Amino acid sequence: MKKIVNFTIDGKPCQAPEGENLVKAAAANGIKIPSLCYYEHIDPPLGTCRVCMVKVDKKAFAACTIKAKEGMQVEFNVPELNDARKAMVEMMFAEGNHFCPACEKSGDCDLQGLGYRLGVTISRFPHLFLNRFIDYRPKRIVVEHNRCILCRRCVEEVNTKDGFPVFSFLNRGASTEVRVDYDQEAKLDEEEAIKAMHLCPTGAILVRGKTQPRPRGERKYDLQDAGQTVSTPKAGMAPLKGQPKKVIATTSLAGCFGCHMSLLDIDEELMDVIEVVDISKSPLTDIKKFNRRCDVGLIEGGCCNDENVEVLKAFRANCDILVAVGECAIWGGLPAMRNFVPLEECLNEAYGHATSDLEQGKVIPHHEDLPELLDRVYGCNEIVEIDYYIPGCPPDASHIWKVLKNILFGADYSIIKSEFKYD
Amino acid sequence: MTTTHHSEKTLLLNLLWACQDAKGFISNQDIFDIAAKLDVSAIEVEGVCTFYHFFHRKPAGKYIIYLNNSILSELKGYSAIRKALEQATGGHWGGVDSTGQFGLFDTSCIGLSDQEPAMLINFYPFVKVTPERVFQLISALRAGASLAELADTVEDHLRYVPPGDRAIFFRDFAPGRALQRLTTLSPQQVIDEIREAHLLGMGGAFFPTADKWQICRNNPGEQHYLVCNADEGEPGTFKDRVLMNRLPELLIEGMIVGGYAIGAAEGIIYLRAEYRYLLPRLEAAIATYKQLGWLGQPTPAKESFTFDIRIQMGAGAYVCGEETALLDSLMGKRGEPWPKVFFPVERGYLGQPTSVNNVETLCAAARIIELGANKFRSLGTPGSPGTKLLSVAGDCRFPGIYEIEWGMTVGELLGFCGAEDPYFIQVSGPSGICVPAAEQSRCICHEDLLCGGSVMVFNTQRDLLQVMINFTEFFKKESCGVCTPCRAGNFILGRKLDLLKRGLARPADLEEIRQWGQLLGVASRCGLGKASAHALINAMQKFPAYFQQRVRAKGREKGFDLDRALGDYREAVEQTS
Repeated sequence: MKKIVNFTIDGKPCQAPEGENLVKAAAANGIKIPSLCYYEHIDPPLGTCRVCMVKVDKKAFAACTIKAKEGMQVEFNVPELNDARKAMVEMMFAEGNHFCPACEKSGDCDLQGLGYRLGVTISRFPHLFLNRFIDYRPKRIVVEHNRCILCRRCVEEVNTKDGFPVFSFLNRGASTEVRVDYDQEAKLDEEEAIKAMHLCPTGAILVRGKTQPRPRGERKYDLQDAGQTVSTPKAGMAPLKGQPKKVIATTSLAGCFGCHMSLLDIDEELMDVIEVVDISKSPLTDIKKFNRRCDVGLIEGGCCNDENVEVLKAFRANCDILVAVGECAIWGGLPAMRNFVPLEECLNEAYGHATSDLEQGKVIPHHEDLPELLDRVYGCNEIVEIDYYIPGCPPDASHIWKVLKNILFGADYSIIKSEFKYD
Repeated sequence: MTTTHHSEKTLLLNLLWACQDAKGFISNQDIFDIAAKLDVSAIEVEGVCTFYHFFHRKPAGKYIIYLNNSILSELKGYSAIRKALEQATGGHWGGVDSTGQFGLFDTSCIGLSDQEPAMLINFYPFVKVTPERVFQLISALRAGASLAELADTVEDHLRYVPPGDRAIFFRDFAPGRALQRLTTLSPQQVIDEIREAHLLGMGGAFFPTADKWQICRNNPGEQHYLVCNADEGEPGTFKDRVLMNRLPELLIEGMIVGGYAIGAAEGIIYLRAEYRYLLPRLEAAIATYKQLGWLGQPTPAKESFTFDIRIQMGAGAYVCGEETALLDSLMGKRGEPWPKVFFPVERGYLGQPTSVNNVETLCAAARIIELGANKFRSLGTPGSPGTKLLSVAGDCRFPGIYEIEWGMTVGELLGFCGAEDPYFIQVSGPSGICVPAAEQSRCICHEDLLCGGSVMVFNTQRDLLQVMINFTEFFKKESCGVCTPCRAGNFILGRKLDLLKRGLARPADLEEIRQWGQLLGVASRCGLGKASAHALINAMQKFPAYFQQRVRAKGREKGFDLDRALGDYREAVEQTS
């Protein structure tokens, strides 16, 4: 029996067996230090994801590399560290290509769950849009490299019955990746493969025919964080009626108009909104040009061509506040799936190889009246300053309006998870 | 990092080298054969193979040419040499020419900063290369000339030693002077002498050597190991190269002293592949010491002791200069630093207590035993006694090695090296700090400005941003790739610096660079990652006006180059219409 030691986390007295891993020790004391790579019986710990940052006696460490020691003072829930942890998660979203709405692991994904928990609405880092591939060659599994965060759990933990590792890191530096040994993978039985899938904190390891075992609403993070809310601390809701009308404008750039559809989804509440809000330039009013200064501009979609850029700049010039609504406006979203492929290849695929008019050969549409395509899809904040972000694909109607009412009238709001999750 | 190892697995790097040397690359079949021989997964072998950039998975040519792309090379003509190599061979950079003869590749600093631009062809050194020389070399090779004959002799460029009898390293040397004292000293007394001298680790961490040896000695283990870190990869450093070329015997004596102190039977020199041309010198020195009866048989010493030394070649990875990464590499693995749950002195090579010491540290230890701690202590400053080898290069008339007494000022050093119109010096390489030349009175010592060995001088014509971009690219390539902040963070910082270079950054971008750089310092997994944005943050602190003038502030629009973003489309249209 190991000696029990006393220590504190944010001043709270804690106890644990001496030498116990701090992530585990904290959990036993009711404090959940988030981590994506920590796995109880991997020893020494991996320390790869760097999400579990804490300070021990004023110095920063990954909690998973710290052992419980008598008298140590751990800082965990402090603004500086909360921000560092959030930054790590944001960095993973910027490094990989995470399209949550299209992911089999959505709702069961530790990375996504952590993103919600830490209140990530946008990655502060520019997306790298690295061209990663999907490995369909293994027998039972598919490795979706776009989603891999290189936590290394699979490398350490997934072995064949006769003791051979199935995964390894390959390359170095920014080119580091996880790869499968096809011969060893073929030895895994279905149960072992499924275990590997669950071991993966994202949707990078999938077992053929075994994904999405639970319906939406019943997945890991649907249940676990169901009660989570986000709220603004502002007090008192100003009475909306009787105030001077505020003016908004909306547009859909490289988007699908889904966010606009969502905007209309408040149904009869629209009548109330119309009493306090005027809509200027917008597809909803079919007003093409700004006819007056606007309080708020809502932007759906990112920028895929020069016209998008022009419209966005006009919005910036004519609106006091710009809100990026939905994933496409925030960082490119689904249209940004082309960002991994050189534009020339995209065009060849669409107009070169696919052309039926063999006489003419390859013709890429171009005309002075047609917008010209950008080399990739840009998030709105790469072109102009954006003041607020409403994540989602699409964001929930009530989420959009709550935020908007807060911006326009200072209305207090709180949003429950079912309104802001977007998987 | 399990503690049980197939000892055979430690051969992996050598097996890979054998394939690489035999045919210029490592084939799939080689990977399978090696995996079968070592009884491991093929993917593990491939994981190790692809970690080191001197191992190629595709044919890389009969002559594999590595041109150094460090900042000093860049400033001394990298791009002209690269262009000449492409023209002369007809090949493209990063690949092999159509005849399969010449492979053209970049590599990080090869420890020849005082004679840039420098390159290696099949690990033979070529220095101060000019485009004309490139054409001559390539045609000579085509005509069948031998590389050994064409290769340059690498000059030591020893420029300065302290006057009087104050040198420690580069003083008169005779074999055995240090070792003879072992007959009167117990291992504990050796450690005490080193402690008395207050010797600090010269690789850049400056950990007290006596403490390391003491802890290592005290830790129980079936074996103890002494590992010499000869993987000096910090761009701008070449002091260990000169030590090993000039005084390999001193290093051997230092290793014997260290081995005796910690109770090791085996010493291993982990030599970076860039210094392969030093291998014969080192092997000859080891052979000499075997003949003299100090290696491979009981050494004449106060307590019975038998010690031997072998050399392990690295294969191209900066991060292996970090001691735990080095140990993993030594054990035939990817060179990834460990999370610091335990230290090598507790569980190191093959899970046994291991002391990893830098070449210069071991040489200093031999001198301390030879000259006595008092002599060493009488030099330098109280916090850092003795002397230090500095590799000085860049914009100065006398690039080379300076053995300085700790405590020399920046101004004195700039004077000795003939710095021309200096703007700033980069101390301790890309992971070090930037010191404006105006800070003449800064004192190079533990109390003020520590230096691991690299001193790069930049004159006022040099662009600070170009230097920082080179450093960031370096870390992007050389990060081990294991932790998110170092792997992705340096990539991301590179994107930001590109905005700055293109004149598209805004004041907020500068603040973000600073914050993100700090984040890398806080969150990275190892010391190298933590230091990776150090130089950048430091430069921004030291030269705020320079960075301010590179940003533009224009309303609420971001810097976005529309014409550039439309370039691909316009080109594609043009090609088809």
